Amino acid sequence: MIPMAAKKKPGMEGKEVVQKIVDVADDMQQEIRKLKQPQIKIPLRALSNVEYDDKEGYFKLLPGVKERTLTASTIKTFAQTLRMMALSKQLLESDDIATKREAYYVSKNWGEARFLEQPESDNVMDDIEAMMTVNREQIGFIPEEKGGDVAGELVVIDVDQDTGKELEIDCTKFGSGAYSVPSSGEHLRFKTKAKFILAIETSGMFERLNKHKYWRKANCILVSMGGVPTRACRRFIRKLADDQKIPVYVFTDGDPYGFGNIYRTLKVGSGNAAHINEYFCVPQAQFFGITPQDIIDYKLPTHPLKEVDVKKIRDLIKNDPFVIHHKPWQKALEQMAKMKVRAEQQALAAHGLNFVIDKYLPDKLKNNKTWLP
Amino acid sequence: MTQKSAEELAKKQREISIAEFFEKNRHLLGFDNPRRALLTAVKEAVDNALDATEEARILPEITVELLQLSETRFRMIVEDNGPGIIKKQMPNIFARLLYGSKFHKLAATRGQQGIGISATVLYGQLTTGKPATIISKTAANKKATLMKLKIDTQTNLPQILEEQETEWEGKEHGTKIEVDLDGSYIKGRQSVDEYLKETAIVNPHCTIIYVTPEAQQIIFARSTDELPPEPKEIKPHPYGVELGRLIKMLEITQTKTLQQFLTEEFVRVGPNTAKEICENSALLPRTKPEQVSREMAEKLYQGIQKTKIIAPPTDCISPIGAEELEKGLRKEINAEFYCSTTRPAAVYRGNPFVIEAALAYGGEQDAESSVRIMRFANRVPLLYQQGACAIANAIQNTSWKNYGLQQSRNSLPTGACSIVVHMTSVWVPFTSESKEALAHYEEIIKEIKLALQECGRKLASFVNKKRRIGDEAKKRGYIQKYIPHVADALKEIVGFDEQKKKEIEDNLYTMLEQVRGELEEIGVDNPDYDPELAKIGQDEEVPEEAEEEPKKMKKGKMKEAVGGDDDEDDDFDGEEEQTTLF
Repeated sequence: MIPMAAKKKPGMEGKEVVQKIVDVADDMQQEIRKLKQPQIKIPLRALSNVEYDDKEGYFKLLPGVKERTLTASTIKTFAQTLRMMALSKQLLESDDIATKREAYYVSKNWGEARFLEQPESDNVMDDIEAMMTVNREQIGFIPEEKGGDVAGELVVIDVDQDTGKELEIDCTKFGSGAYSVPSSGEHLRFKTKAKFILAIETSGMFERLNKHKYWRKANCILVSMGGVPTRACRRFIRKLADDQKIPVYVFTDGDPYGFGNIYRTLKVGSGNAAHINEYFCVPQAQFFGITPQDIIDYKLPTHPLKEVDVKKIRDLIKNDPFVIHHKPWQKALEQMAKMKVRAEQQALAAHGLNFVIDKYLPDKLKNNKTWLP
Repeated sequence: MTQKSAEELAKKQREISIAEFFEKNRHLLGFDNPRRALLTAVKEAVDNALDATEEARILPEITVELLQLSETRFRMIVEDNGPGIIKKQMPNIFARLLYGSKFHKLAATRGQQGIGISATVLYGQLTTGKPATIISKTAANKKATLMKLKIDTQTNLPQILEEQETEWEGKEHGTKIEVDLDGSYIKGRQSVDEYLKETAIVNPHCTIIYVTPEAQQIIFARSTDELPPEPKEIKPHPYGVELGRLIKMLEITQTKTLQQFLTEEFVRVGPNTAKEICENSALLPRTKPEQVSREMAEKLYQGIQKTKIIAPPTDCISPIGAEELEKGLRKEINAEFYCSTTRPAAVYRGNPFVIEAALAYGGEQDAESSVRIMRFANRVPLLYQQGACAIANAIQNTSWKNYGLQQSRNSLPTGACSIVVHMTSVWVPFTSESKEALAHYEEIIKEIKLALQECGRKLASFVNKKRRIGDEAKKRGYIQKYIPHVADALKEIVGFDEQKKKEIEDNLYTMLEQVRGELEEIGVDNPDYDPELAKIGQDEEVPEEAEEEPKKMKKGKMKEAVGGDDDEDDDFDGEEEQTTLF
């Protein structure tokens, strides 16, 4: 099944966004001129305000909004939000961009309205993004975060910024290094004969598979997510999988964080970015492991669950719309809660350093009954 | 080694006179170091003077003069306008330990044991070898008597070295004592200065004229012409009498029967109660007191404990009064908030007592250190042994966090606050003869805590109000700060002119500021404050040339501390500092 979302391209043109910013500000000033306290409505960005849409395959934003009325206690945030909107408008009109950190430094010119720490400006940025229901790149801001590393049977077609010529980047030719996913990759195109994409939680595991050229052996593309995948990483995998119509397998640690934060966010998006999940998720992703059953089947060395892990499991079963929708995940989580242990990807090394290449991954590819949805 | 016989040893065994005992144990009386000795001497003389004048219903006017004779030697001269002392009694009162009018009666007076002033004379004699000089005059038309007195430490009897009739020009009646003694005069906390000031604060009816060793005259003028009600004497309550005292009372009583003894020598014992006590003691009410043996007395003692007897009357004690206490505090401390309370009378061991408390919060007080505690017993300031005192114990065991002060477990609270506690009783239980710390009776601690809690609740509502107003002020600051930004950003996005921007700004002010109403102001508003008075006995006394630097440092430190505070109060505390520091 190809999810509906895959057919759409993210996007509202710059002009449209500028118009929307002006509309919001204009409404506000009209209210003020009528001596009415203006309000801004921002979609509530939280897990409690999303639903899992099985047909579309991602977390959809519900109509919950937070309303912020201009009062003495909110005026600082109001001032900052408006300043940030003005900056965004300016960026879009001059076809420029600012990194999140740069935007934070721009605010230092705003006197009393400046941000003291970057998380404050990031948060206001996220609010504007949600208010406009656009991605932050569309309002002129880009993150500094890395998009992840790629190695394997893939040629990425990028454009040379200066000459406008096409650049072909062969991801088999980075030796012991890797291709780095850019923060914005909407313009990228791909050529590949790979049979699947393997998205990996830890760079340690990625290094091992890359060093031993697992991608050649299995004819695949390796992506290192380095923890919870960034928006850029999610978008890259999604675009690649959609374009080439190849499956995505996800390989994480066997713990609640690997299941609930890394895999879940990659596949269906997050609560915080609910307004853009549509484009920043990979609904076709399948969970390869490490599952609780793997811990038993492969007799993996384990660590006891910490209190936070137990809490996380309970929270996932009770509150996560994705888990609630998927029986196998509930079973797996309950199984882990009963076992009271977790296992890391690298625990496979207990059976020999290349056990993962020679046995674990081939086993997984052969038997999709051991996967989780 | 040769063995010694009991007879040989007996040669060395002899009675120790009380004077000899205290000669060796002067610390028990508060003469343990030179600085404290000077204070104790003044304290004993002033306490006596106040008791004497009040008992004679005279508004006290007391002069205290300290002359520095050498580096370590002082002459203390204390003069009062009391009724004077008749010639016959002068030697006993000033030169005989444990001689006094107050030990055998129960009334809320300052002195109790009849030790203090004689101990001062003894201390002077021990350190300088000189006698004390006493002049006393009992009426305008009589001559005054001058005596030079010493104590014979072997016998605890007065030695009169000189006695003469003399003129005392311009004096109607009164007593003056001059003692030379070793001491040390250091200003600041626990000094004579602080003691006299605090005495003046809790005795607003008295005037004290104080000449310091630096020959500076300080006058603590009375603020009321009303004498406190005369302390009423009460008979002991049966619950408050120990076995030894009971036996003594049985020996000296004039009464004929046990029942009569009980009804006449004690308060709150009528014929029925007396009979009940006898019944509970398995003694006949008709037993003659002189025939009561030690065993019988013990039975009687136990019988008393078994019998329900109503609490003693409490009208015999006169507290300072919450209002007066607070007024005194206002003179001393420039704070933002004051409150005070007087508890109803309570009873410990058969002795009625009243606890009063007051506190001053905020203003110029240091918020970073422990609260300042001012302790009083029967209107006498207690300056030493704070840690051993039931008052400190009660303060530590009160949960001040609920009332807006910081406090770590089992310690004094921290904050810009001063706490005053006063205990009045017909018999104040001290931990030692130097009378500096209240003994830890459960009933007393409970009452102190109740008084503190009462004040604490009022404090909490003030602290909350202050925080609310602080938040409000902060919000208003916000409005001022951010309205221009909102208007500016809107102008930039929508693209309108300056005039329209002005209109937006005005509208925002109208909407946000005018609906908030008047801002209540909190600050120091204390017309009673007497900065000259407050300075007396403070630690900050620094020599002239060194004065500038430390003060600056202190100010800097305060600012730093304010900056480190949590966000909530930041702005407000900052403002606070500006208004209260000079």
